[in-house]
Amino acid sequence: MTLPAPLLTATDISLRFGAIPALDHVGAELWPGEVLAVVGESGSGKTTLLNVLSGRARPDSGVVWYRDPDGHLHDVHAMPEPRLRALHRSDWGFVHQDPREALRLDVSAGGNIGERLMAQGFRHYGRIREEAASWLARVEIDGARIDDFPRTFSGGMLQRLQIAKTLVTHPRLVFMDEPTGGLDVSVQARLLDLIRGLVGSLGLAVVLVTHDLAVARLLAHRIMVMQRGRVVEAGLTDQVLDDPQHPYTQLLVSSVLQA
Amino acid sequence: MTQGYNFAYLDEQTKRMIRRALLKAVAIPGHQVPFGSREMPLPYGWGTGGIQVTAAVLGAADVLKVIDQGADDTTNAVSIRRFFARTAGVRTTTRTEEATVIQTRHRIPEQPLRDDQILVYQVPLPEPLAKLEPSRTETRKMHALAEYGAMHVKLYEDIARYGHVSISYDYPVMVNFRHLMSPTPIPAFDNPKLHMSAALQLFGAGREKRIYAIPPWTSVKSLDFEDHPFRPTRAPHECGLCGATDSYLDEIVTDDRGGRLFCCSDTDYCEGRRPALAAE
Repeated sequence: MTLPAPLLTATDISLRFGAIPALDHVGAELWPGEVLAVVGESGSGKTTLLNVLSGRARPDSGVVWYRDPDGHLHDVHAMPEPRLRALHRSDWGFVHQDPREALRLDVSAGGNIGERLMAQGFRHYGRIREEAASWLARVEIDGARIDDFPRTFSGGMLQRLQIAKTLVTHPRLVFMDEPTGGLDVSVQARLLDLIRGLVGSLGLAVVLVTHDLAVARLLAHRIMVMQRGRVVEAGLTDQVLDDPQHPYTQLLVSSVLQA
Repeated sequence: MTQGYNFAYLDEQTKRMIRRALLKAVAIPGHQVPFGSREMPLPYGWGTGGIQVTAAVLGAADVLKVIDQGADDTTNAVSIRRFFARTAGVRTTTRTEEATVIQTRHRIPEQPLRDDQILVYQVPLPEPLAKLEPSRTETRKMHALAEYGAMHVKLYEDIARYGHVSISYDYPVMVNFRHLMSPTPIPAFDNPKLHMSAALQLFGAGREKRIYAIPPWTSVKSLDFEDHPFRPTRAPHECGLCGATDSYLDEIVTDDRGGRLFCCSDTDYCEGRRPALAAE
């Protein structure tokens, strides 16, 4: 038996936008099956970190290592573009805050889910459709809507459709950028429930960017608190949220509205 | 032959540039090669790409046939044929078997082509991915990386909505197992003729400034699903003039009381069969 090893390792990542240090010597590790939340206010660098980890942005310095299913390490930013794009289509997934960025609005729900399968070479219509139907059920969308266009869907349904589209190829690693942002509270709660269930049953590793501590509390095993491009505190979610050490984390925790 | 023009209208350096693009296109079957398209004395959409390719491959001994929707006697076919008769002095014909170069719009002749013939297509939209992905930069990348999943999404949508693929012309094909290609607005009925053709097939898009090619004996496969294989469609009639049951048919309205005539769109094929019928 091999020892478990991190899926994703980022060391000493720095990235400046002009005079602004968006990321200042940031390091992170993500283990298989683990949910890591990156929290902080707007402009703290959490989305930039997500983009760098997923290879969508290139850092000024530092390396991101990805361990493939065969145990080989890949430098994400040294990978040839075809390999990185293939990775994003198969082993990785990306859930955007705005589902309209990821979905084709003029293609039916079934077609949207099937697209990733077809990109992987699936050429059996019946099986693609079966797979799409089963994923609609898993994300709690009525199977009768399989041929409807996403533009007739509500915001919460769109987000669930995006999740189905992302997970249909059984990725091991999913990047989520504010997946519950822009949804009203009851829809958010249902979506969080769904994500938590899927993450658990599929054993997904997730990097979750959110400004909402409640989302982090519900989903994440570990948490990283960022401020002005730096990680000011990191640790187990409950530990960090119940007993914040850094003044900025204390401020964040105390600013949560109590209903 | 009209004086004052170079052989086949275009100057030699332009023909050379087009031939270079053609060589590259033949070397990479189905790949779109940019070329410096010239202004031609006919409007865009009337075959400016095809006419430039024809000019570049035409020799003094060639025999030229031009068809438009399969017919030799439509405006576009007649005027392009006359254009080359005047500027190149080449012999022209309406007989498929006599021609060495055939310029076409919308059809492939019914009669199988030979290895000493060249078929030149007029192409309006060379990019098969254009309707799915508006960015040229992105479609080039998709071709480079052979990322063609999106094209199947279009087929999936058709089957989900209509129960079958509803594309009846310009049906996308995979050339040489590698490049996705638009076969131009030929009916899907003609797609099987692209496959393993003995003739060299050249495609010119004048407005879009692209040239591509299918060399002889190249695999050309129409996209489909395993459980929904590609099926060419044909009107369920026989030709009203020659009785053919295997040719692509035009539907012609013959009066204002609902009269219809189905007849071969390939006029040469149809005429070629009629004497045989009369002799019987």
